[in-house]
Amino acid sequence: MVDAAPPASLGRLSVPGLDVRVEKRRGDFLLRAEFALPTPGVVALFGRSGCGKTTLSHVIAGLIAPDEGRIELDGTVLVDTATGSDRPAERREIGYVFQDARLFPHLSVAGNLDYAERRAARRAAVAVQRPSRYANRNQVVDLLALRPLLDRRPHGLSGGERQRVAIARALLSQPRLLLLDEPLASLDAARREEVLPYLESLRDEIAVPIIYVSHQFDEVLRLATHVVLLDAGRVLAQGELGAVSLLPQMRAIVGPDAVGAIFSGTVLGTDPDSGLLRLRVGRGELQIRASAHAAVAGGRLRLQVLARDVIVALEEPRAISVRNHLRGTVTAVADDDADTDLVSIDIGGETLLARLTRAATRGLDLRPGLPVWALVKSVTLRGRPPPKLLNARA
Amino acid sequence: MTWLSPEELSALHLSLIVAARSVLLNLPFAILAAWLLTRRRFFGRMAFDALVHLPMVLPPVVVGYLLLLLFGRRGPVGAFLARVFDVELVFNRNGAALATAVMCFPFMVRAIRLSLEAVDLGLEEAARTLGAGPVDRFVTITLPLMLPGVLAGAVTAFAAGLGEFGAVITFVSNIPGETRTLPLALYTALQSPGGDREAARLAAISLTLGLGGLLLAEWLTRRLRRRLGA
Repeated sequence: MVDAAPPASLGRLSVPGLDVRVEKRRGDFLLRAEFALPTPGVVALFGRSGCGKTTLSHVIAGLIAPDEGRIELDGTVLVDTATGSDRPAERREIGYVFQDARLFPHLSVAGNLDYAERRAARRAAVAVQRPSRYANRNQVVDLLALRPLLDRRPHGLSGGERQRVAIARALLSQPRLLLLDEPLASLDAARREEVLPYLESLRDEIAVPIIYVSHQFDEVLRLATHVVLLDAGRVLAQGELGAVSLLPQMRAIVGPDAVGAIFSGTVLGTDPDSGLLRLRVGRGELQIRASAHAAVAGGRLRLQVLARDVIVALEEPRAISVRNHLRGTVTAVADDDADTDLVSIDIGGETLLARLTRAATRGLDLRPGLPVWALVKSVTLRGRPPPKLLNARA
Repeated sequence: MTWLSPEELSALHLSLIVAARSVLLNLPFAILAAWLLTRRRFFGRMAFDALVHLPMVLPPVVVGYLLLLLFGRRGPVGAFLARVFDVELVFNRNGAALATAVMCFPFMVRAIRLSLEAVDLGLEEAARTLGAGPVDRFVTITLPLMLPGVLAGAVTAFAAGLGEFGAVITFVSNIPGETRTLPLALYTALQSPGGDREAARLAAISLTLGLGGLLLAEWLTRRLRRRLGA
C-alpha cells in the first residue's frame, strides 16, 4: 500500500495500527505530519537530519505536545487537541530508546531493567485488561546478551552495550509500541554492525510494533517493513518499503546513487558451478553472491537493486560478463537529473528501476510498453532475510 | 576530653544539637526552594530568589530581630505556634536552631541548586517513558542524582551552623546550657576577666570543626560523584 495523499483513518479500517495527524511549530520549523500504518511491523521514520524525525517521535511518545492534531494507537486516543484529551507520556505505554541510551547512572544494569519491569507490573496489576506479556525478563536478557553485564554500572559500558541495555529496558516496560530514535547514530561503524543483528532478532522474535527512526538507509533496508519518508517536516510518502522504494520521492532523501527497487525473491538453490545463489524474482531469476545468512531453498531474501547498477538492452546480449538477464517491459520513463532518466521495468510482478542517461533512453527509444532486457551484475547484489512478522496478517 | 570545662563541653554539645536541628529543619524547604528556582518559571521568581538569599547579605542581628518580631511571644507566628502547638521558640535551643537555620538556608539552597541543575533532564524523560509519574521520578531519579549536592550542602550548613552568632544571640539571648553555643561561649569568655585561655580553646574547637566539616563535604561529594560515574 502506497499512499502519498492523506490516508484514511485506520479506525475505520479496524486494523490495529498507528494513526498520526499532528502539527508542531518550533521557531521557524513547522512539522506537519500525517500517516497511518498498521502494527505490528517495523515502520521506519526516515529522513535527513533536521527533517523533524525526533520531534515527531517525541510528539508520539508524549514528550512534546503537538500544537494541533490527533494520535491514535490501536484504537486508543493518545492525544487529540480537538477534544483536549492528552495522555501523559508515563501512561502512553510507548517504550522509547533514545540516541544517547539514557541509562540511570545510579542503578546497575539489572537495576535499570528492574525499574522498567516494576512499573510495568504495577500497571498490569491495576489494569482492567491485562496486556499479554510479550517480553519476559529472561528472554529479553538472552536476546540482547545482557547476562554478563547485569551487575555492571552504566558508566563502565561501551556505547553498543548501553544501547542494548536501553532497548531491553524499554522492552521490559511492556510497551504497546517501541520507538527507537536513531539508536545507532552515536555509534561508530563497527559498533553499529555489532548492534544491528540484535535489532533484527528483536524484530523477528518479539511481537512488539516498532517505529525505527533513522537517517541511514542501510538500517531501514535491513530492518523495516514499512517506511514513512520525512522531509522538512512533511511526509513525502509512506507505505510498504518495496513500494516506496519505487517512488520518485526517494531520490530527494537518499540521493540519486542510492535509489533502487527493493523486493524479495524466493531462494531456488545454489548454482553448483558458480557457487552463486539462485533467486526467483517476478518471472525471472537473479543470481547473487551467497551471503552469510543461511539461505535454504524456498526461503525468502530481500535485496535492493540500485538503479545505477541496471543496464538496459533491447536484445539479450551474448558473451557478456553480466550474469543476470531479466526479460521485462518498460512501464514508465521519468525525469531524474537534468541529463538522466529513471526507467521502470516490470519483470513479471516485480519492478526494477534503471537510471540511464537521457541520451541512452533516447538512443534506444525507451517508452512504456517496450519489451527490454534488464542486466544486473551479481557482484552488486546482497540478499538479507526479510522481516518475519509475528502476529501479522500479511 | 578532660581539658574542657563542663561549661565548654555543654557549649560544644549544644552547638552540635542546634546545628543538627537546623539542618534537618532546612532540608525539605531547601530542596523545595532549589527545585522551584531550577525547574519552575513562575511570577515573582526573582523576588523569591532574592528572599532566599537575603540572610547572606543582611546583618545577622537584623535577622535575629526580625525573628523576634515574627516568632516572639507576641509575634504573629510565635503566638500562633504557642496557642496551637504549645511550641515556644524564644530563649531556648529550638529558637537557636531556627535562627541558625534561617542564616544557613541560602548556602544549602545554593549547593542543592547546583546539583539539581547538573541532573540530566533526559534521564527524567526516560523514566517518564518507562511509566514513572512526577513524584515517582523525583524520588527515584532526581533525588538520588542530586544526593551529592544535598549532602555537601547539609554538611557545609552544619559546619556553618555550629558558629552562628548574631542571629542566635539576638533572638534567643545567651543562656548557659540552653542557648549558649560555642561562639556565644567564646564571646562570653572574652568578656570575662581571665577568660583568654578558655576563649583560645573554644576558638580551636570551632576551627577544627569548621575545617573538618568542609573536608568531609568535599570527600562525600567526590565519593558519590564517582559512584554515579560523573
